[in-house]
Amino acid sequence: MSFEFRALPAAFLAPRSASFADFLASTAPASLPQRTSAGDQPLHAAHGTTIVALRGDFGAVMAGDRRATMGNVIAQRDIEKVFAADDHSMIGIAGTAGIAVELVRLFQVELEHYEKIEGVPLSLDGKANRLASLLRGNLGLAMQGLSVVPLFAGYDIDRGRGRIYSYDVTGGRYEEHDFYAVGSGAFFARGSLKKLYRADASVDLAVTTALEALYDAADDDSATAGPDMARRIFPIVGVATTDGVRLLDESEVESRVAPLIAARMTRPNGPFAGMPEGGSSS
Amino acid sequence: MSMPFYVSPEQIIKDKADYARKGIARGRSVIVQQFDQGILFVAENPSRALHKISEIYDRIGFAAVGKYNEFENLRVAGVRLADMRGYSYDRRDVSGRSLANAYAQTLGTIFTETPKPYEVEIVVAEVGAVADDDQLYRLTFDGSVADEQGYVAMGGSAETISQSLSTQWHEGMTLMECLRLAVDLLGRFGGEGERVLGANELEVAVLDRTRPRRTFSRIARPRLAELLA
Repeated sequence: MSFEFRALPAAFLAPRSASFADFLASTAPASLPQRTSAGDQPLHAAHGTTIVALRGDFGAVMAGDRRATMGNVIAQRDIEKVFAADDHSMIGIAGTAGIAVELVRLFQVELEHYEKIEGVPLSLDGKANRLASLLRGNLGLAMQGLSVVPLFAGYDIDRGRGRIYSYDVTGGRYEEHDFYAVGSGAFFARGSLKKLYRADASVDLAVTTALEALYDAADDDSATAGPDMARRIFPIVGVATTDGVRLLDESEVESRVAPLIAARMTRPNGPFAGMPEGGSSS
Repeated sequence: MSMPFYVSPEQIIKDKADYARKGIARGRSVIVQQFDQGILFVAENPSRALHKISEIYDRIGFAAVGKYNEFENLRVAGVRLADMRGYSYDRRDVSGRSLANAYAQTLGTIFTETPKPYEVEIVVAEVGAVADDDQLYRLTFDGSVADEQGYVAMGGSAETISQSLSTQWHEGMTLMECLRLAVDLLGRFGGEGERVLGANELEVAVLDRTRPRRTFSRIARPRLAELLA
């Protein structure tokens, strides 16, 4: 579609909702990622793996490993699966990488578009609901095996705390209490988070907890990568606080990963969760 | 049998232009200026919710005077065009020039083809990596585009304000210098007699070239009051 030196088409001037995705669906439906059919043959496409998120009074932390797999092959070592969705929220993606990355791009434009048209950003719940409806559009492809499972987290300015939302392929949206993980290594990450999560954690501790959980996921799930010290490829970590979303830079993550790996040299299974002497039930 | 009066095309165009000019002249003025770190928009606008200045895209801002529903329509169309373009290609492929062209075509078509022209005047500003790359496009109700250098004034008192700007504005002014100048000129020429405009009567925003990605930011009224004190 070319726009150069042409008057704005009538559709651009027509009154409509503030949703970019709805606008795209009516004016350029072929641009939407979900309006394609994969046929009935099983497809080999790159898959992104584990994303973890946890919340606290400070806001929320999200971290994702860097591996994409295609069957038993590592498709990419340094894929990015955690993104800032807007100023105060983050999105992480697991599942078919190509569709997931496109979904993130659409979601980012959707949030920015609303903010520009309406003059105010959507509420965190509003953002979470928009993501659910975008995801619902992918149900057809999900049925063919090309599913995308996002994890959404952010700082809720109205409530003054971090919040986490998980999704299923049908667009079901569920708010999680303290922590959550998605992707192939999610079970191991969740087990780890269950033992290590502390509601009163500082941002620093929450970041370390997320990195420990990813390490545990990589430990038991072949599709999740641990920190790659040789190539200096580390998980992507995002933090959402009242000041906004910040993705930690590589050296910052490295400085947190190094002591974690050093500690695992003596305790390969990770930190001791601190059960009292004689058991917890006494 | 009644004969319709003949009205020459020149007369029709002239009547439409006069009509549009009158509508625009009724409105309060807006000043857009380049400063050393970006582009400053200052509008006399007591409303908190109905903006005359808005963000279109990462490096592009929009300012308008005239009839609110008409320029709001153009603004929304511009946001749609820019977001669509950025989503289809890349964020870097969204330019002020192509947006100004689309607006010019649209305004030109509306002016010639509809009985009532839009009573609006707009500025599309794009901030560059350095001051030399900054672009200011001024678009009038008939679709004319002018590529302005340094500053633009629009609205009821545009001419007198432009004259003052031509002597008082110079390259490399700071944000504060430009802000004071704009507030002073709007107060002096923008209404009946000389007034001192406070933060509550102004809408101010900048395209700040030092910010990453989205360069547009509003200067909220409490902060503006501090700056003007």
